[in-house]
Amino acid sequence: MRSSQDYYADVQLLRGRGAWVKLAILLVVLIVLPLVLPGYRIFTVNYMAIFVIVGLGMNILVGDTGQVSLGHAGFLAIGAYTTVLMMTELAAPFPLALLVGGLVTAGFGFLLGLPALRLRGPYLAIVTLGFGIAVTQIIGHSAFFGGHMGLVVPDATLGPIPLSGDISQYYVIVGTTLVLALCARNLSVTRVGRAFRAIRDSEIAAATMGVDVAYYKTLSFALSAAFAGIAGGLLALMTGFISPGVFTFLLSLMFLAMVVFGGLGSIPGAVLGSIVMGYLNLEMDAFEELPLLGPALESFSSRFMSTAGLPNVGWVVTGLLIVLTILVEPRGLYGLWIRLGAIIGGRKRKSDASVGTSAGPGAGPGAGPGAEPSGSPPDPPGPPAGVS
Amino acid sequence: MLAQVIAGGLSAGSIYALVALALVITYKTTEVPNFAQGEMAMVSAFVAYVLMTDFQTGFFVAFTVALGFAFILGVGFESVILRRVRNPSHLNLLVVTLGFQLALFGLAGWKWGAEQRRFPFPVSPNEVIRIGDVSVSTLGVATIAISSVLMAGVFAFFRFTKLGVAMQATQQDSMAARINGVPTRRVVGLTFGISSVIGAVAALLTAPLITLDTTLMWDPLLKGFAAAVLGGLNAPVGAVLGGYLLGVTENLFGAYISVEFKSVVAFLIIVLVLWFRPSGLFARHYKRKV
Repeated sequence: MRSSQDYYADVQLLRGRGAWVKLAILLVVLIVLPLVLPGYRIFTVNYMAIFVIVGLGMNILVGDTGQVSLGHAGFLAIGAYTTVLMMTELAAPFPLALLVGGLVTAGFGFLLGLPALRLRGPYLAIVTLGFGIAVTQIIGHSAFFGGHMGLVVPDATLGPIPLSGDISQYYVIVGTTLVLALCARNLSVTRVGRAFRAIRDSEIAAATMGVDVAYYKTLSFALSAAFAGIAGGLLALMTGFISPGVFTFLLSLMFLAMVVFGGLGSIPGAVLGSIVMGYLNLEMDAFEELPLLGPALESFSSRFMSTAGLPNVGWVVTGLLIVLTILVEPRGLYGLWIRLGAIIGGRKRKSDASVGTSAGPGAGPGAGPGAEPSGSPPDPPGPPAGVS
Repeated sequence: MLAQVIAGGLSAGSIYALVALALVITYKTTEVPNFAQGEMAMVSAFVAYVLMTDFQTGFFVAFTVALGFAFILGVGFESVILRRVRNPSHLNLLVVTLGFQLALFGLAGWKWGAEQRRFPFPVSPNEVIRIGDVSVSTLGVATIAISSVLMAGVFAFFRFTKLGVAMQATQQDSMAARINGVPTRRVVGLTFGISSVIGAVAALLTAPLITLDTTLMWDPLLKGFAAAVLGGLNAPVGAVLGGYLLGVTENLFGAYISVEFKSVVAFLIIVLVLWFRPSGLFARHYKRKV
């Protein structure tokens, strides 16, 4: 069983030559992709990339640090509105506005992180839930923020290049996503990431080991919020229009769903989960257009449910995915990947696999984050890898 | 004016108190805030609605069946889903309730759409009873009366029946309760059933006040959480008092400070209470141990 305890392998992933080759291939694919994809697909990819940014941030907070958030749509809103207002009120160029959006959101994340110092699971969930709802309500009732009618995003440029088409936006959005993904990856293998995980596994043990729990918890909130804030700014760029109706509680739930489904505490998992959920979220209004499945869904709906409510199938799928993930494989897609690897490479990693099977399917790979601090010793905050 | 505002607050607070009580009962048993509570209640209200409109049943039959449905839904959620979580950490259980909430919300939206429906009810929200200077709608009076009777009943049940005591024992220490012969599994399931019924009553009282749609219980659920935090997530009586307090505070805020930001009060209260007194106003403080 390989889990997040396996730091040395983690650290090496981007160090070997293979990793650089993989990164180069990924870069080439990402650069060429918009040239071969049809226009509306680029829009889809942009949308999914924005979800990936949020997912990376959620993974820092929920997956690594073990703090739950039901209010990330609020952060997205703060980022989007700050970016837009910087552009309209202060005539700031888009990159600067986006950066300020991220910083302001980080500030709000820090503020929301403060009560988190005293709160555990359920209370924190409630606070963040209330935060997300309060943000949209304040925006919706303030004329400065355009109220319920929303704001139109002004035309953005990157230096001399206008960011109006899907393709130019693609390079900005996907480029930002890639940079942020590398940041997240780097963060998780360094001291800060280890401190986050130590807090997740046992706050008390982490404090005993010398981790400044208060500092790292608020830092985790601020970082996670910054990711969401930047995602919000990019979303504003992409959609050209923002209103409080976009940043609902359901969106926050979707953000949580994507890291749970992808696999808490795993960056590839978070990316994959975000891509799936982003696609689902975007396609929700047009399920009947899906090949094969669409007509079947439609006839089922008109017979037993209602065709007007068809978009809600997306929520059913999301909800069921969450429940099934926790019931079947609490480590999500990433956990499935590990299992698959254990089956295929069973001989190569015999010792690993035997540990996994001896623990039984019930307790083995099911070791979710934030769980059983007694079973697996908490990660030492400073392994002698010297990477911090 | 003041008395009028307070009366309105009490009637809204009754709903919050019911939701808070429902949340606290299950929170005490499993240490998980049941985010699916609101959606379970909403679906139960839809069951009553379908019976009354499509099947032309009377109020009594419809409400009884809806509450029965709520009970089964609560027990089913606990025994089919919640109990089977492989790694029942707080985070996993919490996430499961959220997933169930989303699934229920989606199913209800799929079946009934986003349309707002008028919910038939024996008493009207527009008819007014005058007591001195204070005028309250008959629905408001009914809400206050029904919820206080129900809550008194629930407290009496916990205090005076064998089953209720068994539930309390399970809440306090599940292991010790099992050693003493309490069938804890069944008791936990039953707790979820009762909690779901209480929530459904809140939904049946909310639906005629506004209209019935799939977001019916979003606001009451947040307020219920705020009330529970205000009173103490571990203190049923405190949570109920918190509900009334929240209802009145909110109404006072709406009347004298700002109507527009009335719904932000709940969030402010949550933050303030958690900042200054994390265990709630009415709960005994307890220390967490390793």
